[in-house]
Formats: sequence, C-alpha cells, structure tokens
Amino acid sequence: MSTSMTPTSQANLSANTDVRIGVYVCRCGLNIAQTVDCDAVAAAMAKLPDVAVAKSIGYACSEPGQRAIREEIETLGLNRIVIGSCSPRLHEPTFRQMLTAAGLNPYLLEMANLREQCSWVHMQNREGATAKARDLVKMAVARSRRLQPLDEAKLPMTQRALVIGGGVAGIQAALDMADNGYEVVLVEKQPSIGGVMAQLDKTFPTMDCSI
Amino acid sequence: MTDAGRHPRITIHTLSEVVDIKGNVGNFDVQIVKKARYVDEKECTACGDCAKVCPVVRPDEFNLGLSSRRAIYSPFPQAVPSAYVLNPHECLGNNPVVCNKCLEACEKKCIDFHMSDQTLTEHVGTIVVATGLAPHDPRVLDEYGYTRYENVLTSLEFERLVNAGGPTQGHLLRPTDRRQPKSVGFIQCVGSRSARRGKSYCSNICCMNTIKSTLVLKEHYPDMAVKVFYIDIRAFGKGFEDLYTRSRRQGVHYVRGLPGQVEELPDGRLRVAVENAAGGTLDYYELDMLVLAIGIEPAAGTHKLQEMLGLQLTSDGFFLEAHPKLQPVDAATRGVFYAGCAEGPKDIKESVTQASAAAVRAIRLMQSDQITAEAITSEIDPDLCKACGKCAQVCPYHAIVVDPKKKTPAQVITAACSGCGTCAAECAFGAITMNHFTDPQIIDQIDAMLEDRPSEKILTFACNWCSYAGADYAGVSRLQYPPNARLIRTMCSGRVDEQFIWHGFRKGAPVILVSGCHIGDCHYINANHWTVKRVEKVRQKMEKRGLRPERLQLEWISAAEGTRFAEVMKRMEQLRRTVTEQEIAETIDLLEK
Repeated sequence: MSTSMTPTSQANLSANTDVRIGVYVCRCGLNIAQTVDCDAVAAAMAKLPDVAVAKSIGYACSEPGQRAIREEIETLGLNRIVIGSCSPRLHEPTFRQMLTAAGLNPYLLEMANLREQCSWVHMQNREGATAKARDLVKMAVARSRRLQPLDEAKLPMTQRALVIGGGVAGIQAALDMADNGYEVVLVEKQPSIGGVMAQLDKTFPTMDCSI
Repeated sequence: MTDAGRHPRITIHTLSEVVDIKGNVGNFDVQIVKKARYVDEKECTACGDCAKVCPVVRPDEFNLGLSSRRAIYSPFPQAVPSAYVLNPHECLGNNPVVCNKCLEACEKKCIDFHMSDQTLTEHVGTIVVATGLAPHDPRVLDEYGYTRYENVLTSLEFERLVNAGGPTQGHLLRPTDRRQPKSVGFIQCVGSRSARRGKSYCSNICCMNTIKSTLVLKEHYPDMAVKVFYIDIRAFGKGFEDLYTRSRRQGVHYVRGLPGQVEELPDGRLRVAVENAAGGTLDYYELDMLVLAIGIEPAAGTHKLQEMLGLQLTSDGFFLEAHPKLQPVDAATRGVFYAGCAEGPKDIKESVTQASAAAVRAIRLMQSDQITAEAITSEIDPDLCKACGKCAQVCPYHAIVVDPKKKTPAQVITAACSGCGTCAAECAFGAITMNHFTDPQIIDQIDAMLEDRPSEKILTFACNWCSYAGADYAGVSRLQYPPNARLIRTMCSGRVDEQFIWHGFRKGAPVILVSGCHIGDCHYINANHWTVKRVEKVRQKMEKRGLRPERLQLEWISAAEGTRFAEVMKRMEQLRRTVTEQEIAETIDLLEK
C-alpha cells in the first residue's frame, strides 16, 4: 500500500480495506463545470467510505488528465476508478485503456454521465444539476465497490467479408478489402452490379462518365 | 465495376438477397437466396442472339421505361456479370409449341429453363451494409403534374435521355413530339426539404446534379434556354462553386423560388408560375420540358436488414451510425459497417470515401484470426440451479443448455452469450450472475440513489443501445428536461429484474421507468419481449397489492429519439408529482411486511 495517502483516504478506510476508489469529476472545460459545481460534487464523494481520493479535473480524457489519474493509481494504490464526465458511450474505451496501461483490469472502471445526461440538459438549473451529478457519481461509487475484474476470451475471426449492395459504395468497399487480401462476398439484388451510379451520365465534380 | 467482376477474391452474387443473418462479429452465418437467371452466367458471351429472336417486348427498367427490352435481355451494355438474364414472368415458357426461340438461337446452349432459385450460406467475419437508396417517387403526390404531363421528367429519366448509351443515343428529345426542346426548366427539392411534401431533410446531391445537367445541356445545345427553380443552391463541396459559377456564366438562368403551379399548353409546352423570392414578383415561364430534381430516400429493404442485424435507424429512416462524428461508418453492432447512401444521402465522392473507410474498419477487425469476445456474459452457479429451463427458454441466442428432465444444471455457452442479462432477470433462484451488471451492483446503485430525499427522484432503467443512447442524443441536442431522473444503465431492458423494481419502491421511489429499444429494434434480437411480459406481471402484482400500477412505466426510446426521451422525462416528472409522501410511506410499509 502506498505511503503517500491523502488525509481523506485515511479517514475513510472502512471495513472493506481492499477497495480503494479514486473519483475524478471532469469539468470538461466548461461543458460540465458551467452547470455543475464539480468541486462540490468531488468534496461530497471524498466523504464516502472506500474513497481514497476525490477531485475535480479539467479534461479527464486529455493526455495530462489521464497521466494524472494513472499516477494516482500508482501512488495511492487505487483499484477502482470512477470518472464523472461525458457519456460512457463516448470515452469508456479511452478510460478502459488508461486502466490497462496503469496495470488495472479495464472492468474496474465506472463512469457517471455528467455531460450528455446532466449539464447539457439542465443548463438553467445549476442547483438541480449539481444535486443530480452528486447522486450519479455516488451511484457510480456504490457500483464500483462491487466491480470485479473480467477477462475477454478470444474467439476465432473469419477473415472474410460480406458486402450487401453492389452500387458504387459496395463495389469500392469490396475492392478495398479484396485488394488487401480478404475474400469478399458481394450480394446484389439486381442482375448486374452498378446501382444508381451506372444510370448516371456525367458526374460532378469531374464531369466524366460514371461507369 | 469490371475490376470487381474480375477480382479473384470477390465473389459476386447477383439477383440475390440476404434473407437471414445469424451469429456475431467474427462469425456471421448469412443465408442468401439467389434467384434463377435461366442463363449460365459463366458461359454466356452476351452475343445477344437470344434477345434478337425473343418476341416479348417490355419496358426497359434501366432506361426507366424510356426504351424497351425483350424477356431475355442484358441489363445494360456494361453489366457485370456480362450475361443475359431471363425474366420467367414475361417469358412465354419453354413450351416448344408456344416459343423456344431463344433456346434454338443460343449457340453455346447456355439457356436453361430448369434452373431454380438457390439458397446459399456464407460464413463471414464482418459485414458492410451498402444498400443504397430509393429515388423519390413523384407519382405519389403528382408533383408538378408528373403523372399527367409527358414532358415533365425526373432527373433520373433526364440522365438516361442525355446519356450516349441511353434510348436516344444522348440526343435530348421531348417525349410528346420527339423533338429537341428549345427550353428546359429544372425544379429543385422535389421530395426534399419539405415536411409537407416528401422528406424534410436535404438530399445533398440534387443541386450539384442539376448544375451538372445544365452544363451538359449548354455544352451540347449552347442556344437552349435553361432555367433552374430553387430554394437555395448548396454548392459546398470541393470544386462545386466553380461548376455553379460556370453554369451561371454560360447563361443558365437561376430563379429563386419553386413553382406554385404547372399547366400544360395545347402544344405540349409547360407554363410555370413562380413567385420570385429575390425580386418579389410573380413570373410566368413557358418551357418545352421540365426536369424534377428528385430526392434520395432510404432503400426498400432497410427495415428487413435492420431487424436481421439489430441495427438502428435515424428518424429519416437511414441507418444510424455508432457515433455521428467519431464512428461515422460503424454500426452499433460490432463487425457491421455502413457505406454510401444506406447511412444518408451522399454523392459519389462521399460514397467512395465512406466505402474505403468502412473497408478499413472491417479490415481492422479481420487482420487477426482472433477477436476478443464479449466479457460481459452470464454465469450459472450449478449449486443454486434447479434446472427449470427458464433461462434457456428466454435466451435470444440459444446460448444456454439445460436438460429439465434429467435435472442437469444449466450451462452458458460463453462464446454465444451476448450479455443481455435476460436469463439473470428471469432466474427465480438467483443462480445466474450477469457479469458487470450483477444484482448486488444494481441494488447498490438503487440504494445510493434513494438514500436521501427519494421522493424527489425518478428511478430510470435505460438500455445501453437505445434508451441510454437516446438520453445522450437529448444531451447533444441540448434538450432541457427536469433534473429528477437518475439513470441506471443495463445492456438490455431485459436485464431489469423484478426484484430491482420492488427494491426501488421499498426504498421510497415514487415512480420507476423501464426503457428500452422499440419492439423489433432490440439489440439482443427479441429480449425486450421479456421486458414487456415482466413489467406487465409486476404491474398486475402492484394492483393486487393495492399499489397504483401507473407508478411503474415502460417506454421504448430509440437512439435517435432524443426529443422523445426529453418528453418522457417531462411526463415522468408530472407523474412523480402525483405521488404523495404518504403514498410512498404506505408503499414502504406494505412492501416491508
């Protein structure tokens, strides 16, 4: 265990000493911070059990942001990471890679959606948005305690592609894949490939023929 | 086209349709129905002897009915494969008494009336969806008299008329008198940019296509009067403005305003009334020919494919990408990519660019012979399993094997499991753990949320693929709604266990919303059917126990329905306000008994 523990983490060592959660509330420039009081949210999280560190951060996804988190994973011995930021549909892969780089299993990450589902949709209600953000991160912290490392098994990959539709797009995709050495099955409803493009006379911007 | 036809690694199936797709990224089993061509594709030399003797004359689809073909025909001169095709519905049949002429004429003997439709199975790792477009059909609304006046054409018909390989060898002729028109007018935005007529979106290509057509006309017929009626000209691409300027410089008259009325004059000319928005005048033009710049619509088979692959559509009806900026050619379903107009209206350059991008994204997965499997899968504890068989029954992927008769505990085939979690939600014995979305994880989220002031909060379950994405879309669109909802993400609405709902009410939730993909759009084939059944069951139980069943709501919200998400949130907030502190306290009392 790291020797450089913050006062908060010492105060919050619960019975479950194995879990050490790092909470990072991303301000996303002003995207989140203009509506949500990120420092207040972080301060509230610092009081929760098992939370070793909780702070707000400028851009969690940026290289300096990720580096700071990676460093704290090491120095504070963090083993669960909670990030309150944009939608996990955007940056979950980014932060999972960050965990992997720091030697943690990527499934020990939990995100709270403070941008798409909070700051951007309650822009006129700072108080309501902050209360919601506090709950969302708290829920993420609660969930993170229960997270378990998961392994991704390997499955065979069939190195062959199907292209549905033999118009200009389908033909181009099929050629690019085939030229790169992959077998391609091209399926076309009509008796010939070519699609709508084949019916055109000259095409812009080059003003040459389409076929 | 010919490059694709000759390529040793490309197998082309024409007259073919994908009818079923099973499996996942890396291992898709695709069923294709290949219709009989009745001509041996490899042997046919496209000499055309068969068509010369065929007595059946039909409109030629490739030329949009502006010329004719026989029942046995070549789709067009440069067709790939370069083989004739026989339409069995038009052919008089191989009855020697009736016909049989083509069979006799074909020296290579490649016509075979006994060919039948084939069902092929292909095993592939990735899929590129390039299903193209359907041109807007101006017949439906009879726009600008298209069905009544012969000299009103669509832009595609015009293309065939000015094409050297077309029915008139490239000579523009007026349909009524087969004479070269002295004046031609183009009407823009037919079927586009109007919520009332056609589609509300911009079809992207029509402005430039018209500009190109005016240049073609001016090149061949410098004295022809060419007019373009438009709302505004969108010439934003590289080199586009140059073409527009060139067109204007060559004397093409651009009139700002769409015609309100088109009348046919006795000599076949067309009288057009236009309110000129630039000058504020009502002008009349008499033109020999009118060309409707028709818009682009989603291709006919879009819905079928969407269901087969569990894809999503935007409100326009085109395929929805995984992320509009960062994953513009990826589908949300791993291993599926989009190219061309299937994803939205686009020109040839954009289609080609996107196709190359889709190819690279597919290659990125295919370059290794292995792929990481889904880590979020379910596990069964054999000690707790009672071998009832329910989990196997609800699994959309048949990924669970169990023998209820022999009482052997159920087992998950991990490679086939996609991680919807429906099995875990349906297991009555708590024997199934849905990894990464376990019961304790979700219960702890509910507890954390309802720890303080629960009566002010709306407990919302949202599926990852549709509803949660719909909530994100509301955010991206900056749609404002009350801040009371707290979302719990599950991969599928099928994961929402009955006990989560009871637990929520027990902890003081005033209202609960379960949201998922629309029926038919479920990312996990049909797992959301079980969501419906479960929510119905819980509501019935609520009624029996004296709880208002409407406090539990079920909504389908797609990834593109940000507006709908915001509306549902507003409605849920109204509903929440009808639940009093007293009602909540009574519910807690009742459920804790």
